[in-house]
Amino acid sequence: MTALLEIRGLAKRYDIRLGAFGERHAVVRALDDFTADIIEGETLSLVGESGCGKSTTGFAILNLQRPSAGSVRYKGQDIAGLDEEAMRPLRRDLQIVFQDPYSTLNPRMTIGEALAEPIRFHSLAPKADIPARVARLLEDVGMTPRFANRYPHELSGGQRQRVAIARALACQPRFIVCDEAISALDVSVQAQILNLLLDLQQKYELTYLFIAHDLAVVRHISDRVGVMYLGRLAELAPSQALFAEPLHPYTRALLSAVPEPNPRAPRNRQRLVGEVPSPLNPPQGCRFHPRCPMARDICKTSVPDWREVAAGHHVACHAVFGPGRTSWEGQA
Amino acid sequence: MTLLDIKGLTIDIARDTGPARVVDGIDLSVMEGESLGIVGESGCGKSLTMLSVVGLLPNRIHATGGEVRFRGRDLLTLSAKELRRIRGSEIGFIFQDPMTSLNPVIRVGDQIAEALIYQKSMTKAAARVRTVELLALVGIPAPEERANAWPHELSGGMRQRVMIAMGLAGNPKLLIADEPTTALDVTIQAQIVDLVRELKDRLKMSVVWITHDLALIAGLADRIAVLYAGTVVEDAPVDAIFDRPTHPYTRALLGSLPTLAGAAMERLPFIPGTPPEPGRRPMGCPFAPRCDLARASCTEAVPKLQAVGGDARHKVACPVALEGRA
Repeated sequence: MTALLEIRGLAKRYDIRLGAFGERHAVVRALDDFTADIIEGETLSLVGESGCGKSTTGFAILNLQRPSAGSVRYKGQDIAGLDEEAMRPLRRDLQIVFQDPYSTLNPRMTIGEALAEPIRFHSLAPKADIPARVARLLEDVGMTPRFANRYPHELSGGQRQRVAIARALACQPRFIVCDEAISALDVSVQAQILNLLLDLQQKYELTYLFIAHDLAVVRHISDRVGVMYLGRLAELAPSQALFAEPLHPYTRALLSAVPEPNPRAPRNRQRLVGEVPSPLNPPQGCRFHPRCPMARDICKTSVPDWREVAAGHHVACHAVFGPGRTSWEGQA
Repeated sequence: MTLLDIKGLTIDIARDTGPARVVDGIDLSVMEGESLGIVGESGCGKSLTMLSVVGLLPNRIHATGGEVRFRGRDLLTLSAKELRRIRGSEIGFIFQDPMTSLNPVIRVGDQIAEALIYQKSMTKAAARVRTVELLALVGIPAPEERANAWPHELSGGMRQRVMIAMGLAGNPKLLIADEPTTALDVTIQAQIVDLVRELKDRLKMSVVWITHDLALIAGLADRIAVLYAGTVVEDAPVDAIFDRPTHPYTRALLGSLPTLAGAAMERLPFIPGTPPEPGRRPMGCPFAPRCDLARASCTEAVPKLQAVGGDARHKVACPVALEGRA
């Protein structure tokens, strides 16, 4: 179990101007104090609702958006905040696949040209070999080489996502951030793309950071899962443990909101009241406390520590003592 | 009593190369007080079918055959003016994305009041009072203040509540909800689902909920119609769909659904291939090219809905599956 990426205290803040004339200044705390290792060969998933910072985390790790604080160690070097020049050789190793391949593929480029571009850019093959490389990439993602002559608009959503994956594979990466990579696809196609990602992971020993909001999908494909709320990690655990015994009150509420494909499933389970507050002005103390059924006074003032409460099971909550136990026990 | 009765509905897209069929002979009905779930993947015709009910089909897309009877009247034969009277008063509609359906430069309260003044000939003052009542009904806190809010000042969940309030403005008999929670987070989705379920009972409406999400609809619908490539392939009470799914497509859809219960799977089962594009529908059963039960006879004629066993409420358009169950 070696860490491919060691992330410590990663943060991303955006300065914005408010008011009709931009006269007011404010800071959006999109990501705060993200600390985790990404283990070689694993699928680490990040889940949470819109605005929780999961995509920001992916961007900050890849240095696609310069982090405001913290470090990301890759191959013994801190890549957080490296300039584009210094990043370029590392970009080959660290790739990303987005949600909407239609907006990331150039509509005027054939699929073949789109796949050849990264090979040429990183000088990965002599010119004469490029068509063969492109054909092999297409086969890797379950498409026939004749697709090289097609344009993005001629493909279905699932096929376009296969092309986006092929383009990420073109540089023979070690790490791929899948940012909501299957969210826009129909159920029957989603499963095809997920299985493809799993096959490629085995074949090329890839490490994935899988950013998603569909908890049912995440459960089936992840080794470990991190739950985020309003820019902070709330819980991080092996997938099996997280779904069998969620500890953070937010994780529990999130899981209970997921509809079950069973008409006789109990309704009106634990419902979260209210909505996620704005990251412009996040609550003091634990950011979840205004909606938390377990909140006490301490939660309003002090940010809970990030603690390991069972093997590999981290949680940031004053109330959680360990599996099956709360810190409130024995207290008035 | 049957409130809405759709028979043999066909919808075509007018293209330069000729019409492309997207809805191919759909039969659907909604009883009074019933909630019907319409489930299918993108392009299966689920939204177009219900848009044709309210006469809101996009340009160049037309209902070309069949009938859509609402309380006995065929809506397809009504004039635009007559349809307008029914739309918004007897039939309410909630769209998927509240941000594109709300006018960004009109306060939300005024948008709801506009419908009341226009549809119900209310005075401004009476419409204002009713608007605040409606906002309170859909669970918007401080409804009097929120009536003065601009759409951009509300969160996605709150905007969808405003859309629901608008859909309810005319006291409709039928509320059609077209993927109203797809753009929302799962905890907010759960709130909206609870709200619509509660309103349906309280206001004694019928609800048609259009969705691609089988898990979501399990807790919402009395009956489910599964659509594939512009046809209804299975129509049954909700328990029967989940306990005894019979059409190969329904079975495959349920099989490829990852869940939070049960054992974690290494690989997810999936349906090979993709649904046909409009205008490129295969001969016979549209699912045959992706179906593991398909045989030569499947490509000859489009299968008709038939009752499963002795249960007249459970209908399936697949003679092969029916044979297997006999």
